[in-house]
Amino acid sequence: MTPSYDNTYTMKERNVLIIGGGPAGMEAAHQLKQLGFNPIIVERNDKLGGHLAQWDRLFPTSETAEGLLERLKENIKDVEVRLNSRITNIEKNAETFHVTLSNNKNFDVDAVVICTGFDLFNAEKKQEYGYGIYDRVITNAELEEYFKTHNDKRIDEPQRIGFVHCVGSRDIKVNNTYCSKVCCATALKQACEIKDEFPDADVYCFYMDLRMFGKGYEDLYLKAQKDFDIKCVRGRVCEVSENIEGKLVIKAEDTLLGTPMKMTLDLLVLMCGMEKSKGADEIQKMLNIESNKDGFIENLGAFVGMNKTKEKGVFVAGACTSPKTLPDTIAEARSTAMEVYHYLCNN
Amino acid sequence: MIVEGKQKIWADYQKDIPDDHYYYVRSCIRQSFFPASEVTFLDITRNKLGKDFYENPYHTTCGGIAYHSDSIPQETAMTIIARQFALMHESGYENYVCSCITSFGCYTETLETWHEFPELEAKIRQYLWDSCKKEFAKPKYLAHSSDIIYKFRNEIAAKAKYKLVNAKTGKPLKVVEHIGCHYAKMFPSKGFGGAEYPHVLVGMIEAWGGEVVDYPERRHCCGFGFRQYFVQANRGYSMSNTYKKFESMEPYEPDLIITNCPGCPYFLDRWQYVIAEQTGKTYGKNGYGIPALTYEEVAGLVLGYNPWDLGLQMHQVAIEPLLDKMGIEYDPKAKYKGVNNKDLGTPENPVNIKLM
Repeated sequence: MTPSYDNTYTMKERNVLIIGGGPAGMEAAHQLKQLGFNPIIVERNDKLGGHLAQWDRLFPTSETAEGLLERLKENIKDVEVRLNSRITNIEKNAETFHVTLSNNKNFDVDAVVICTGFDLFNAEKKQEYGYGIYDRVITNAELEEYFKTHNDKRIDEPQRIGFVHCVGSRDIKVNNTYCSKVCCATALKQACEIKDEFPDADVYCFYMDLRMFGKGYEDLYLKAQKDFDIKCVRGRVCEVSENIEGKLVIKAEDTLLGTPMKMTLDLLVLMCGMEKSKGADEIQKMLNIESNKDGFIENLGAFVGMNKTKEKGVFVAGACTSPKTLPDTIAEARSTAMEVYHYLCNN
Repeated sequence: MIVEGKQKIWADYQKDIPDDHYYYVRSCIRQSFFPASEVTFLDITRNKLGKDFYENPYHTTCGGIAYHSDSIPQETAMTIIARQFALMHESGYENYVCSCITSFGCYTETLETWHEFPELEAKIRQYLWDSCKKEFAKPKYLAHSSDIIYKFRNEIAAKAKYKLVNAKTGKPLKVVEHIGCHYAKMFPSKGFGGAEYPHVLVGMIEAWGGEVVDYPERRHCCGFGFRQYFVQANRGYSMSNTYKKFESMEPYEPDLIITNCPGCPYFLDRWQYVIAEQTGKTYGKNGYGIPALTYEEVAGLVLGYNPWDLGLQMHQVAIEPLLDKMGIEYDPKAKYKGVNNKDLGTPENPVNIKLM
């Protein structure tokens, strides 16, 4: 049955707080604005975009992150955005929420959408990989920064490059047993890009499983091997050290050949997975929202309740509930906007 | 290399060690390998640092070698350990310090296992009562004896007569640190500095003036590895591990290797002779090897002990080049003299590695 709402009230008088100005927050705000509400984005950083703003190109199409970010920003040019703002308190009063910001400004909203996204796993925790110890061990985010700026002294005509998948993901030793979903495709994308930049380099990807599940991902996997000669090794790197020339010496296991291997590299890229953003902790306390077993925000189930929380009027979108790809994040932001619409029309 | 990164890890992996009153337990093999190390440890801690160390003459092996060789089940090893703890308790001590790295690993593993499985601890209590009519109390603190020297490394440095410095050039000696596998690889939080970048020996080297060598095979096993050596057919594998380490450290031209495990100094020392005999290759300069010493021996040298009282003539690799570098005075003729000037006999000179 098609829902029927009384549209005599003024939707634009109904405020929706969007916590976080990444892709999920921007898209949710865009949709809510289109539906006639007044979304307010509160972002703790000085710019919109979240991790997307740090990225150079996107898998599997290699379109620029900047292009997507500009489109998302264009969609919300009429939306109220409060940058450099932290939420210090949210108090629920009957059907509304009273919000206080770090600059002591206050306002009331009718619904809250948490879009706090994710933090990249801190690679220093995997001490065996030597991040923060050996100069030429870098993260996926640092490689993206290099692709954007071409300014990183550690990347100096590398002849042999390794990528380690699943850093901080599917790893019981760091208490992250989940898959971060984007690292396999990102690794192959970055491997192709660095091979493109240094055609004479040998590039190796050390993986547990290659989870190429999305549209175009398998094509990327084949292209990486056929067109870019990326060598995929099924096995984990167990140890990284440095030789007297400052090159990296890694030990790994090739589980398909059933043999240990040792290799000298000029650069090792760690594919850091996702963890819940630390900034979400305070928001969860204010709103009485719990975490799930993976440490992300608990929603109301994997199927129809994925946009909701147990607190009435509090919704979620994007990677704050579990690792997500950008298409998943944007799709979820749109569906969350619809949930907010139904909620506000019923209240 | 980013030193700050290591310092951050070292700061994360620290543990409490009490200041005094320790119960000391010897290794079952160290006194055969390098006989003065344990007595030097006790002399330094008791007489130089003024600490109370008690030894109970009834203590035994921890059972670690038999356990790791699959000769006895874990419950048997745990019952032996329970008896050791009972002796500590009867002696009125609660700070347990063991000389052996494998013992340290076994004690740590046992305490952690009892913590996770209290029903097993109850079973072991019954086994100990049935077999020895003893009851035990778990130690309040468990430490390896290298932890104690690490804790007091700066006090030792303050009393030092010599430094890990080339007396002629004034440059720090290049020192390889080799940590026994059972120190922190099983339980990183139980060792100073953790498993990947242990600080226990690095701290001593730096406090005593040396420069630490970080080489690619730093973490690799010395080659002992229990079954690698105890099973005669595997001894080639044992030596190949040692060979791998020396090939890896060779470009750094180390002056000294310092270790904290019973087996490591033995195998890093003795296999240099075998490698030299088989391949003609030596890793020190001018046909010498690289001395592989225990941390007690190095502490003793730094404090000015007579090298022959430290038992350094028991090493296969000649110690004299190191003594000369450090500017340590010694009597070459006294190298093979025992108590009351007794002639211990002079070993035959190997073909490819110099003995003196």
